[in-house]
Amino acid sequence: MQANTYAAAYEGGFESPVFGAQAVFRSVMDAMARPGTIVDLAQPVSAPAPLETAAAAFLAALADYDSPVWFEVEDAEAASAWVEFQTGAPVIADPQQAAFAVLAKGSAVTDWRRFSIGTSSYPDASATLLLPVEALEGGVELILTGPGIETQARIAPRGLPEGFVAAMQANAALYPLGLDILLVCGSRVSALPRTTRLTEV
Amino acid sequence: MQATIPDRKRVLDALLTAATRPLAQAYEALSATMPQALPVRGPEIGMVMLRGRIGGGGQPFNLGEATVTRATVRLESGEIGHAVLLGRDMEKARMVAHLDALAQRDDWRATVETRFVAPALEAEAEERRRQVEEVEATRVDFFTMVRGED
Amino acid sequence: MYVAVKGGEKAIENAHALMADRRRGDRSVPALGIEQIASQLSLAVDRVMAEGSLYDPELAAMAVRQARGDLIEAIFLLRAYRTTLSRFGNAKPLDTNAMRIERRVSATFKDIPGGQLLGPTFDYTHRLIDPAMAGDVSVAEPLRREREDDTACPRVTDILDGQGLIEPDVPGDAEPADLTRSATAYPVERDLRLQALARGDEGFLLALGYSTQRGYGRTHPFVGEIRIGMVDVEIDVPELGFAVRAGSVRVTECQMVSQFKGGKSGGPDGEPSFTRGYVLVYGQRKRKAKSVSLDDLAPLSDEFGEQRNAPAQDEEFVLEHCDNVQATGFVEHLKLPHYVDFQAELDLLRTLRREANEHATREAAE
Repeated sequence: MQANTYAAAYEGGFESPVFGAQAVFRSVMDAMARPGTIVDLAQPVSAPAPLETAAAAFLAALADYDSPVWFEVEDAEAASAWVEFQTGAPVIADPQQAAFAVLAKGSAVTDWRRFSIGTSSYPDASATLLLPVEALEGGVELILTGPGIETQARIAPRGLPEGFVAAMQANAALYPLGLDILLVCGSRVSALPRTTRLTEV
Repeated sequence: MQATIPDRKRVLDALLTAATRPLAQAYEALSATMPQALPVRGPEIGMVMLRGRIGGGGQPFNLGEATVTRATVRLESGEIGHAVLLGRDMEKARMVAHLDALAQRDDWRATVETRFVAPALEAEAEERRRQVEEVEATRVDFFTMVRGED
Repeated sequence: MYVAVKGGEKAIENAHALMADRRRGDRSVPALGIEQIASQLSLAVDRVMAEGSLYDPELAAMAVRQARGDLIEAIFLLRAYRTTLSRFGNAKPLDTNAMRIERRVSATFKDIPGGQLLGPTFDYTHRLIDPAMAGDVSVAEPLRREREDDTACPRVTDILDGQGLIEPDVPGDAEPADLTRSATAYPVERDLRLQALARGDEGFLLALGYSTQRGYGRTHPFVGEIRIGMVDVEIDVPELGFAVRAGSVRVTECQMVSQFKGGKSGGPDGEPSFTRGYVLVYGQRKRKAKSVSLDDLAPLSDEFGEQRNAPAQDEEFVLEHCDNVQATGFVEHLKLPHYVDFQAELDLLRTLRREANEHATREAAE
């Protein structure tokens, strides 16, 4: 029912829209610039499931009328209303159109083919994926190299989907096209831009 | 008793386009007795894209943008009020959102109607009549010259 | 090649202060008020809103004042302001059929349902500068006349459409292109053309419109209808589930009617039919409107099997050069320091001269 859907939408946005958005933007930018670092988007932002705090804060800062958002989970009505009210971003049904895709836990990497990888003229017209994981530490170690990493960095997220590393390697081969991934857990994120090369230990 | 959509639209349409000064005066006079409105979003200024239709009735095209101000407020009793109006007027948007929320309460609906909506509609009707009559005075009354032959 | 030059900060600061002084002028003369500009120079404000592509009369009036009356500068100011605003969404397409008409005339038919309403227009004035303008003469209230006939004012082109004589409107609700969001690739569809022309420079489009009448492009147009008035703006509010009337805007709508031979579109059997040039602009801008609808017609010669030879028919030429903010940007950049470029030119010229002299001396010696 409409009133109920919107009730949750009115809550949980940035307390201070300008400074909150600036802080989150800065943190995400740092995470993207130094892949392998874990950043805490500590913000009093809260949204209905399935949005983790970090994903909600990310969207609150970066999504707007021009950036369609797509949810992978079936029932995301309350979260969609939240995104639409708080950011003005349209929540769409077609993953091809998504600027930001909120994936489900354990999302199948084969489905990621549906997302836009940009075009030669506009490689930035691609999707950014928000992938929730069980934890950002304590899992299988992976080695990262590439821009923003002096020699190599290591991450060990727990709960990555099967075939993740192969999918990331295939993605890196598409450069300058490709997808950018943000691993989210609670209020923390770790960024894997398309320039980062991933290998198993 | 919930306000129906046509009712709520009628109230909002009238208030959003009401002249600001009389609206503000009526609001000031009553504000001490009003249940407080807590901000949910805004008031904030942005813009909307206006559109026309090709040929007047065809496919839409983007015409250009217009500034708008919008606000969403909540009463302690839970009612949510919205406002979005053309132009940049934060205070007016907040007032109208407040009135929209009040109009959903049984104990305020009549007051909003008599003190705000009805006067706004009356003033609008009078203004429109004046405009129509001033333009009407410039209507061309054609008369054809009848030639002096048959 | 641009060279980074340091220095001049003090000069710039002082230039700003000097400009502010010149803008204000004689302090014993009352300063211009925004309300004065918005209501008494409303046609300037209308132009700034249309070409600035942002409807906000108060802001446009401020821009006119800040630009000291230079309207292209004011348009620039409004465009810059526009970039600071978030877009909340789109309004529903304006229904010009429901316009509260202030002026409505047709050159194609004398007697039209709803009649010919002259409205506030310069058209029938004698263009003699009125001495009263030098002072502050009081102006009488306008006459009023009761509206006896409540006939609506349907579009004149719809009358022709009803008889199957004119290319019909294609109804629909497809999402239109937006040149403020994606780069323009030619050829463009009509929706993008109308968006570009609506914000195009009046002078440029007027000249091109004129050129089509003088033979650069074959259009033989008639003004089917011009209507000017206020149209309600309805905006969808998702949280409410319905649209609200957020206000109204003044627009000018112009329909040009022109005949082409052997149209592909038009009559069901490809018979020749009228086609329509169309425009919608902010404010009371009938000159701009007529120019634009002439320019809108020009490229349509393609669809009618005609050759495009004239500048006004060259869609890319028209659309790429009609934006006066873009044009100003590039043209004005010429005054920035080009010291090194010019030095290179100077050296080249001297070298050529020297070589020419040596060549001449050698030849003389032989």
